[in-house]
Amino acid sequence: MKIPISIPFETFRVRAIDIGVFLIILCILSLIIYIASQWTEPYTRTIQIDLNPKNIPEYAIQSLFRIFVAYLISLIFSIWYGYTASRTKYHEKVMIPLLDILQSIPVLSFLPGVVLAMIALFPGKRIGLEIACILLIFTGQVWNMTFSFYHSINTIPKEMKEVVKTFKLSKFSKFLKLDLPFSAIGLIWNSMMSVAGGWFFLMACEMFVLEDKDFRLPGLGSYIQTAANLGSIEHVVYGLGTMILLIIILDICIWRPLIVWSQRFRMETIPPEEERESFFLNILTGSILLRKLTNLINTFIYHIEKLSYSKVFLTKSSLLNLISKLVGFLILLIIFSLLVWAFINALSIISLIKLRDIITIMEAAFYSLLRVSAALIIALSWTLPVGVYIGLNPKAAKFLQGIIQIAASVPATAVFPVILLFLIKIGGGLDIGAIFLMLLGTQWYLLFNIIAGASSIPKDLIEISRAYGIKGLRKWKVLILPGIFPYLITGLITASGGAWNATIVSEYVSFGGQIMQTKGLGALISSSSASGNFALLLASTCFMSMIVVGINRLLWKRLFLLAKTKYTLE
Amino acid sequence: MEVILETKNIKKSYLVGRNREIVVLDNINLKIHSGQFISILGQSGAGKSTLLRIMAGLVEPTEGEVLYRGKPLKKTEPKIAVVFQSFALFPWFTVLENVKVGLVGQGYTEEEMREKALKAIDLVGLDGFEDAYPRELSGGMRQRVGIARALAVQPEILLMDEPFSALDVLTADNLRGDIIDLWKEGKMPTKAVVLVTHNIEEAVYMSTQAVVLTHNPGRIKAEIPIELSYPRDKNSRDFKFLLDKIYTVLVKPPEEIPMLLVTGRYQFLPHAKVGAIAGLVELVHDKGGKVDIYALSSELSMEVDDIFPLIEAAHILDFGEIREGDFILTEKGKKWAEADTLQKKEIFKEAALQNVQLIKQIMQVLLTISKHRVSEEFFLDILKNHFTPDESWNQFETAVDWGRYAELFAYDYDAGELYLEELQSIDM
Repeated sequence: MKIPISIPFETFRVRAIDIGVFLIILCILSLIIYIASQWTEPYTRTIQIDLNPKNIPEYAIQSLFRIFVAYLISLIFSIWYGYTASRTKYHEKVMIPLLDILQSIPVLSFLPGVVLAMIALFPGKRIGLEIACILLIFTGQVWNMTFSFYHSINTIPKEMKEVVKTFKLSKFSKFLKLDLPFSAIGLIWNSMMSVAGGWFFLMACEMFVLEDKDFRLPGLGSYIQTAANLGSIEHVVYGLGTMILLIIILDICIWRPLIVWSQRFRMETIPPEEERESFFLNILTGSILLRKLTNLINTFIYHIEKLSYSKVFLTKSSLLNLISKLVGFLILLIIFSLLVWAFINALSIISLIKLRDIITIMEAAFYSLLRVSAALIIALSWTLPVGVYIGLNPKAAKFLQGIIQIAASVPATAVFPVILLFLIKIGGGLDIGAIFLMLLGTQWYLLFNIIAGASSIPKDLIEISRAYGIKGLRKWKVLILPGIFPYLITGLITASGGAWNATIVSEYVSFGGQIMQTKGLGALISSSSASGNFALLLASTCFMSMIVVGINRLLWKRLFLLAKTKYTLE
Repeated sequence: MEVILETKNIKKSYLVGRNREIVVLDNINLKIHSGQFISILGQSGAGKSTLLRIMAGLVEPTEGEVLYRGKPLKKTEPKIAVVFQSFALFPWFTVLENVKVGLVGQGYTEEEMREKALKAIDLVGLDGFEDAYPRELSGGMRQRVGIARALAVQPEILLMDEPFSALDVLTADNLRGDIIDLWKEGKMPTKAVVLVTHNIEEAVYMSTQAVVLTHNPGRIKAEIPIELSYPRDKNSRDFKFLLDKIYTVLVKPPEEIPMLLVTGRYQFLPHAKVGAIAGLVELVHDKGGKVDIYALSSELSMEVDDIFPLIEAAHILDFGEIREGDFILTEKGKKWAEADTLQKKEIFKEAALQNVQLIKQIMQVLLTISKHRVSEEFFLDILKNHFTPDESWNQFETAVDWGRYAELFAYDYDAGELYLEELQSIDM
């Protein structure tokens, strides 16, 4: 299993554009929080979750629907953003650094703000919560897909683009015949990763409770949480089981067939995937109904393609072009003025911050940083030996990888209530417990990357070290650590991002009607939203983004560059 | 012949840094007529491919313009088709679908598109592979798909960017032969072809004109017509001569090119010893001054190929002429046959000075140089501009044999030098 990660090269120092991008994000954030602060009427709606197992299918469908809608928006957004960013050099110069920062920001830190803002926009209606949930899943899964599409359409071989140009294909034809097929493999891989990540955010959203305000949405997440709250292990098992089953079904019926099918879009230079069979795909290709359906779709696309060449369409499109340009400009203007307005508001919100608040934020950030580091170290200490063992022993890999994949497919947030139940029973607090919760979200990224790294160490290097009697600690120093270094760094980057995300849901929890919290930036964000301290909410959310992006720039990316230049086995 | 594509004062340059300009192409004026198969030659970095892309409308020139049928070419034009070095096939499409890509925007119905695509596939010899995917095909077959895709749109002009350089030698040879067959039989719908290549042999084998570019910046160095009939024999003298000539043009600095080209084709001396020529001429004289060449060869039990150099030598010296398979002595030839040894030398000397370019040049050089002694290397170097090294040596040897017989000059074998034995006044 590989984890594709794309990081543009030039973003290793802080440039003027980074400051600009950061200001944009500050504006977006302050807009969200400004809207949230407008919410005055009390929120009373609470949803009754019925633990009767026969309701599970309905909850599951609602959860699936949220993921599906968020994914669809992500896909459309990715394609739009990818195209727009590669339109001119100026687009690229702003949009790519923006993308880079957006993807490293811990999305969950926005959860309280976004939920409050949406409630303020749609007072007393469930739609606000639904939108907030979909928005968060979207922001959790869109960036890597966007990077993948952008990267794909910018690495299309020059001569293939020239073919399209010489034959004067329409934009639609180009999209259909070249851009989409070329980016298909990357998009499908990243879609799979994104949807897996989407479950994490879905669960967090569905379970979201702030003190007396119950923002839960009916779904698998709230089902599991309610069951855990009531201490009903039986129902927790039902909920978790359904979710795992769903994830497995999605894997068998959608992702695996898609990956096998997408092999046809492979360029000669890329080696084939090992998995070239999908029994479900075989069933599908045998189906007459499906063949008829694809024929129907093909003729439909064919007619649209024809239309994209017709003269009527062209003249119309030139008028359309003008209109769309005008509308685009207007939208841009509105967004810009909105952002400026939000920024001014943000200044007035931030001016409420006292020195004491800053000290509180710093202190909280210190505790969270300690916890994140501890989670990473603990995760590393078990995944490193286990991952290397599995990676170097193909037999063990065959046996263990399936189990680990299923374990990893369970979003950490879904297990939180269960873990909390356990923590309360043994009487532990959240100070240490939060670390354990973070661990759940981070260890798998590390493990998978270490396995991939260890299995990519060339056989002859392993044999040579055996021949020279390199063993024990020296073997790790000479062979294993340098061999897995790039993978290790990739894993650590993703894991640390996951750990920061997890601070929101692990440092402050509402369980069985009572609030449990510990000192930390995540807890500060949640508690300040609960108490309506919007200045503190804005400052702490902002500060968390700054810490994560800063660590990314100063530590991870430097190591990543080192990994790419020095420790690449080519 | 109508002009299909014309480049007018094309210049292409790139800005490097703030204000440093790199000129890739400069002052390119070319006219491509219908019926022409033009190859663009140049060292790597000469901007050949850029020129081709400018002709295709893919790259905009910095200065100048491209005229397609007299009208400025603004963007790409479907009737100008391109074949790419990397084939540029879509791996997710079958052969048929790949060929259809070019037809999509042309307003054909599905049925017409299919028909035209199949015809093009048939033309390049890929019948039966319509439903194969590119990855199932060999490199040569893939390029055939690339060519079929270009031909399917019935282009007026076909631009090929090093189409054979990604193929192995044998496959490339095979494909070149097939393309030439299509071209000369008029089966290709195109009126003209432009081929970018760095392979001189390929250019001489395929094209009707070679355009040689300089590099840094790319300017037109020479346009050399290749007037050989198809199919071309790579071992023929004319083929090798053109190969050498283009090679020389490629490597020599631009200032020397006019000299090289103005002299035209250098006279070729058949490898014949004077004694043998005399023998032939006397024999023919005894037979009445006129013989059938084939009858003569069978009488002497010699191959025509063996006897021909002698006849050609006699012809060059104006001792005889060839007419409808007969060899007829001229008056001078008859006189030479009848003369005694001393007279023979005088007549031969006169004939050689009048008719043999190389002997004339040797004499000129020997007479102008004060010590009247010149190294053979000097002449061999001149000859190497026109002939292969081996052939140059043969030419020199023949000239020395003839000159010594005529007592025009002497040859010091050990020193490898030619020299005049005595100063003579010669009417040249």
